[in-house]
Amino acid sequence: MQIQPILAALRRHKAGTILIALQIALTLAIVCNALFIINQRLSHLSEQSGVDEPNLFVIRNMWGEQYSTQQAVQHIEEDVAALRQVPGVQDVSAVNNYPFGPSTWDNFITMKPDQLSPTTDASFYTGDENFVRTLGLKLIAGRDFRADEIQDKGLRDSIVPAVAIISKAMADKLYPNGDALGKTFYAMTSSPITIVGIVDVLHRQDVSSWSASYLGESMITPIRIAMPWGLTYVVRAKPGQLEEAMHAAPKALFAENRMRMIDPKDGLLSFAEVRHRAFEKDRGMAILMGIICVVLLAITGAGIVGLTSFWVGQRRRQIGVRRALGATHRDILHYFMTENLLISLGGVAIGVLLTFGLNLWLVTRFTLNLLPVTYVLAGIVILLLLGQGAVLAPALRASRVPPIEATRPA
Amino acid sequence: MFAYYSQLGLRSLRRNPMLTALMVMAIGFGVAASMITYSVFRAVSGDPIPEKSAQLFMPEIDSWGPQQNEHGEPPGALNYVDAMALLRAHQASRMTLIYQVMQTVLPHEANAVPSASTGYAVTADFFTMFNVTFQYGSGWSTADDDARAADVVITDAFNQRMFGGANSVGQKITLSGHDYRIVGVTRHWDPSPRFYDVWSEAGFDNPPDFYFLLNRALDLHTDNAGRNSCRGRITYNGWDQYLQSNCVWLMPWVELDTAAEVTRYHQFLEAYSADQQRAGRFAWAPNVRLPDVMKWLDVREVVPPESRISLVVALSFFVICLVNTIGLLLAKFMRRAGEIGVRRALGATRHEIYAQYLVEAAAVGLAGGVLGLLLTTAGMSGVGLLFEPEVARLAHLDLSLIGMTLMAAIFATVAAAFYPAWRAAQVQPAWQLKSN
Repeated sequence: MQIQPILAALRRHKAGTILIALQIALTLAIVCNALFIINQRLSHLSEQSGVDEPNLFVIRNMWGEQYSTQQAVQHIEEDVAALRQVPGVQDVSAVNNYPFGPSTWDNFITMKPDQLSPTTDASFYTGDENFVRTLGLKLIAGRDFRADEIQDKGLRDSIVPAVAIISKAMADKLYPNGDALGKTFYAMTSSPITIVGIVDVLHRQDVSSWSASYLGESMITPIRIAMPWGLTYVVRAKPGQLEEAMHAAPKALFAENRMRMIDPKDGLLSFAEVRHRAFEKDRGMAILMGIICVVLLAITGAGIVGLTSFWVGQRRRQIGVRRALGATHRDILHYFMTENLLISLGGVAIGVLLTFGLNLWLVTRFTLNLLPVTYVLAGIVILLLLGQGAVLAPALRASRVPPIEATRPA
Repeated sequence: MFAYYSQLGLRSLRRNPMLTALMVMAIGFGVAASMITYSVFRAVSGDPIPEKSAQLFMPEIDSWGPQQNEHGEPPGALNYVDAMALLRAHQASRMTLIYQVMQTVLPHEANAVPSASTGYAVTADFFTMFNVTFQYGSGWSTADDDARAADVVITDAFNQRMFGGANSVGQKITLSGHDYRIVGVTRHWDPSPRFYDVWSEAGFDNPPDFYFLLNRALDLHTDNAGRNSCRGRITYNGWDQYLQSNCVWLMPWVELDTAAEVTRYHQFLEAYSADQQRAGRFAWAPNVRLPDVMKWLDVREVVPPESRISLVVALSFFVICLVNTIGLLLAKFMRRAGEIGVRRALGATRHEIYAQYLVEAAAVGLAGGVLGLLLTTAGMSGVGLLFEPEVARLAHLDLSLIGMTLMAAIFATVAAAFYPAWRAAQVQPAWQLKSN
């Protein structure tokens, strides 16, 4: 196949050629970046919580009146006892929050008490002796809390825990040599906290982008939250009995003490719903970018079909002449396929520049990551295939132009 | 002539139905994607209080110092000590302090179950500063602030929920075990974003139920339900020590009506910080800010990045659709080169050809706009799938959006047709006639 005559012919269709190339270039830029955004967002969706998600649910319980610390402690104990009686319930823990939860507690972590710039930032969980067991965390070193270590924390009490269980991610950050167990750290406290246990994975409470560099860094302190307004219960159901337990648990709580509030919208959530809500933004973004990619590729493909069809219509006579002079169906087909390939190659060449330009802008403006080259390569392949696919039908039609066309007026 | 061209244009839509459909779809999808994302962007990026946003300022004082603040910026709220000092100084024509609270409401019937309510502890100026209008009654006075009155202002929605919408001024309501007297019921007032609380939350959550006196809330140790941020070692124990800590949680707002007042207030903040430095409370030079509402929303990055990125991507998508349309219009117009040649030979000027094809493009644009409107309407119901519920609830289709959809489609298509129509007008009549 000779390229020279194709180029010569393209020079007579400058506008159309430029438009197709430009469209391919812009499409490449958008599709690559959109695919990258989709991938980044979807990778959030698969972030591990570390907890036994299929069997967990949470009850965000608010007291109907303001309790003193002592009253709150008493009511929590009654609630936990009531929840344990519910058929299908295996374990209960009174907590401040849970992974992917609605609000976030986090503390700066330092290695020394007077250190000004923090070593890291950890999500701060408070939990009783049932926390690790109820959430189904995997303790990979050390021990769980003992019942006598649990302290009650009332309104604006600063309780300094003596011990903590931390996630492996946090242990690795504080003690990269892997010897964190038994060592100490400070969490905005004036006395050191000793690491008595390490759990494999425990996600932070938040999923926001500011904490991305502290991913998975969490600490559990032996504290029971006895605030005046309420707390959260994490309940683990026996396998396969989540629904029954979720149905019965709030009833049991209200039967025991009706002076409480469990929000009908988000007071009672299975962990599947917790995860669903936490990543709503990411999922939405991925869906939107996905729709835009698909429609964009369809429109670009359709545009190529339209313009090539027009060219074929315009050149029927020339095609007829070539056929009359001995060109085969295949020659004509190849002509249009090659023509499209040349335009597409020109388009993707400009497109690569646009892609990185757009990416750089997104990086500076929205702290997106740098686009890996694989995305651009994949985008190029997609667009070249799209171009070839789109041109196929008009090219086939062109190849079927009979040689007799040469004798007809245009 | 215009009517005739419009007729020709509409008729030609039916010719090459494939090409026409392609163009209409490209424009429709492009404009719909842009409008759906724009409706969300518009909802989150607007001025929440346009009549006053340039007179309301958020004083910021660096109480953490260069080693603990946020990259040189002061924390976005005040600790109790600084907040009270500013309030007592009376240096602005109006000032309020705000923090978020959560209270339980217990109806008076027996067997009633409590329900949750959210609100703000504020000072008297809140209502006048932010132009809150009242359905019944009014806010309270500064004298009430000093008297630590058990007054509460409730919102129309809360009044509906608790009193069926009747005039409840003078009635009693029990919030978390304490009785309050209702002094006012506001009209619907839900600035979006809720500019005065964007430090504490995203700014698009559900509106509050009530506002009560900050002084009394502090007396009752009503804890902050919003954000709280501390630095260094946390050593306080109990409420009183907490108030003296470096934790920031109170959101101050001042009203300053002239540029001179703004300068003066800024100087006051500097002088206050310098005093604190001299007194040994701050070990650093004054570092203060005084942004107005729009600047503050910008600083807090209230517009979700998702909204911006999706708008940018959707607009780029629209641009590609237009490039596509230019190509297709070119094909559509040039296919009729013979016809143009005849018309030119019969005396039509270039100008007339040009006008005719632009009108024809406008017809394509109109069709695309109508399709875009249908797609936008359909897409608006899917906004909940794409954005968080708090943000999605703000996006809605109104007359201006409908107008914009149609206008954007028509103008964009006509702009896209400039080049193809120019090419059509350049057709040489003699050449066309000869080749036929």
